[in-house]
Amino acid sequence: MTPLLQVENIAKFYGARIGCTDVSFDLYPGEVMGIVGESGSGKSTLLNCLAGHLTPDRGAVRFDTRTEGLRDTITMSEPERRMLGRTDWAFVHQHARDGLRMNVSAGGNVGERLMAVNARHYGDIRTKAIDWLGRVEITEDRIDDRPTAFSGGMQQRLQIARNLVTGPRLVFMDEPTGGLDVSVQARLLDLLRGLVREMNLSAIIVTHDLAVVRLLADRLMVMKDGHVIETGLTDQVLDDPQHAYTQLLVSSVLQV
Amino acid sequence: MISIENVSKSFVLHNQGAVEIPVMAGASLTVAEGECVALIGASGAGKSTLMRMIYGNYLTASGRIMIGDVDIATATPREIIQVRRRTLGYVSQFLRVVPRVSTLDVVAEPLLATGTERDAALHQAETLLTRLNIPERLWTLSPTTFSGGEQQRVNIARGFAFPYPALLLDEPTASLDPTNRSTVLAMIGEAKARGAAIIGIFHDHAARDEICDHQFDVTQFTPGLAA
Amino acid sequence: MSDYNFAYLDEQTKRMIRRAILKGLAIPGYQVPFASREMPMPYGWGTGGVQVSAAVLTPEDTFKVIDQGADDTTNAVSIRRFFQKTAGIAVTEATSQASVIQTRHRIPEEELSADQILVYQVPIPEPLRFLEPSEVETRKMHALEEYGLMHVKLYEDISQHGDIATAYAYPVKVEGRYVMDPSPIPKFDNPKLEMAGIQLFGAGREQRIYAIPPYTQVVSLDFDDYPFHPSKADHACDLCGATDSYLDELIVDDAGGRMFMCSDTDYCTTRRKQGHIGAQGVPYHEDAA
Repeated sequence: MTPLLQVENIAKFYGARIGCTDVSFDLYPGEVMGIVGESGSGKSTLLNCLAGHLTPDRGAVRFDTRTEGLRDTITMSEPERRMLGRTDWAFVHQHARDGLRMNVSAGGNVGERLMAVNARHYGDIRTKAIDWLGRVEITEDRIDDRPTAFSGGMQQRLQIARNLVTGPRLVFMDEPTGGLDVSVQARLLDLLRGLVREMNLSAIIVTHDLAVVRLLADRLMVMKDGHVIETGLTDQVLDDPQHAYTQLLVSSVLQV
Repeated sequence: MISIENVSKSFVLHNQGAVEIPVMAGASLTVAEGECVALIGASGAGKSTLMRMIYGNYLTASGRIMIGDVDIATATPREIIQVRRRTLGYVSQFLRVVPRVSTLDVVAEPLLATGTERDAALHQAETLLTRLNIPERLWTLSPTTFSGGEQQRVNIARGFAFPYPALLLDEPTASLDPTNRSTVLAMIGEAKARGAAIIGIFHDHAARDEICDHQFDVTQFTPGLAA
Repeated sequence: MSDYNFAYLDEQTKRMIRRAILKGLAIPGYQVPFASREMPMPYGWGTGGVQVSAAVLTPEDTFKVIDQGADDTTNAVSIRRFFQKTAGIAVTEATSQASVIQTRHRIPEEELSADQILVYQVPIPEPLRFLEPSEVETRKMHALEEYGLMHVKLYEDISQHGDIATAYAYPVKVEGRYVMDPSPIPKFDNPKLEMAGIQLFGAGREQRIYAIPPYTQVVSLDFDDYPFHPSKADHACDLCGATDSYLDELIVDDAGGRMFMCSDTDYCTTRRKQGHIGAQGVPYHEDAA
């Protein structure tokens, strides 16, 4: 079986400072991987390198393209990479306003990716937008409202709908539940889990919330100071952490 | 079906002076298809530890843990996920679910994850919940708010939804009333009858004697406890 | 002759602008940056168009200026006088007699010929600007032909107004490649963008020049189920009776009385001279105008 994403020896430096280094892993279709670590551990740098937002200083990020199989997304041309960015890839930002057009209606936000791949039938675009708003539990009567009129949780769900409407295969998520109320987080997590299973999505989720990865991620990668210090099955890493830092991280979580 | 050979395990507590605590050494155990083995030993002897090692929840330091033809001790996360999805079921003492998900969906999830049609999966979930006396009015609610006994039965329904060839049961009859207890024992019996290899921890001695073919005392492999 | 260099700008500046114009003609619809000069009029009064006109005018040219179709508004009159003074060229109000026509917000009703140049004044050249404020990003979108966003604007129109409500500055795709803002002309004029004459667009404040060469394909963007419609008031001109021209609506009294008249004053006058009379019109007299 071909991995969907094959990451080999990625490194990114900010001058002399390490962003992240020596990161390698394979991600298979349907797999969800969590990346945890504290602020400054390099997890967001890594995510941005993988998603093509940053150019790593070395290494390869090979994606299993639909037509040509594994291709290194770092060396492919920018148009090709941007095309992946609006078709097979999705990126869910921590702050919905970074991932939404706040001055465009909910329907327009969801429809944009469709129109970006040449959908030119208003009725079809609208039908699909309504379907996707429904899937993220936004009622049809809100389709012409702007995201500025939405709550934080709704904005985040709208961002997910906007990202998933073109049926991507790989979703990058940067703290997708950060800044949301706990009850809203739960609803979002449930939604994401359902979508991951129904669409056989692969996902890479960066978070500092261990509860989020326990519920969403199959595998876990723990980062500290730009290095991967521990990887494994999510529940194994959380329940039987091997590295001193991971043990500290796990034991620092307040039990409820 | 389940073959454990000479496994050992120790915990190193890095943040407490890197103290190393050996918890298991040289344990071997085989469970055939249709067989049920009870792990026994005093509290702290390592019954749950061994169970978690088999499930891949704890790493194994040395030795082999074969589930079918996969060695859990050395398998990649992806392989372990596959084993958990289709081969090895686990009924733990505690229910850990996403809040807000309905009881029906919680129970149906192992079936949905293995590609069963949604309607069929939900139907199977309904059958199991009915059998375990979970009132129908609770089905659409999240089990996080249920009583301990109800949560335990939801856990069992979920663990028995998919016909795993191997099953791990951690105190499946604890906190159950006599009626439900006998239902669960019957379900374990049926799993045995269809050929499942089962390892269980039962503090309920009567249940253990009724359902288990062998007992396996983990104390003998617990460093510091074995005399 | 005047004391100004011909057509106000110095020769080096005109050469720089002509290079931008040639590049624009070579890449239809592409916005070419140019070093826009300070002109003796404020931004928004047509500084971009004036610089383009200055660069293409020759002493033999006959110049016409229209503002919203009219030759006699302050803006049109002052630009016309500006070039009369600085270039000493002939001017006209007759579309057919002009070799260079500078326009704001209209394309003349009369079909232009291959020896005519139409110069547009452009306020905001970037059609994607309203949805994507970053110039870096919009340039990249043009470069990579990522034009989905343009349809988002049309989508928003339909979702909010039931139809594509954009009535002017209606976006077009030029020669199957660049999406272009045709300046704030009414969408009624969009079909006329495919013409025999040369069309040059100048944006002074934004420092951009772009162009449509003669006989270039210009397609107005739309949806399959909401096709483009060049629309105008459903009326005939009350002065000349024309049914094929773009009309201005004029409120004539406090009782709600109104009349419709051609926005292209030269077109209207010419028809009246030929004897056409609209519903509220009177026969043409030289002094009555």
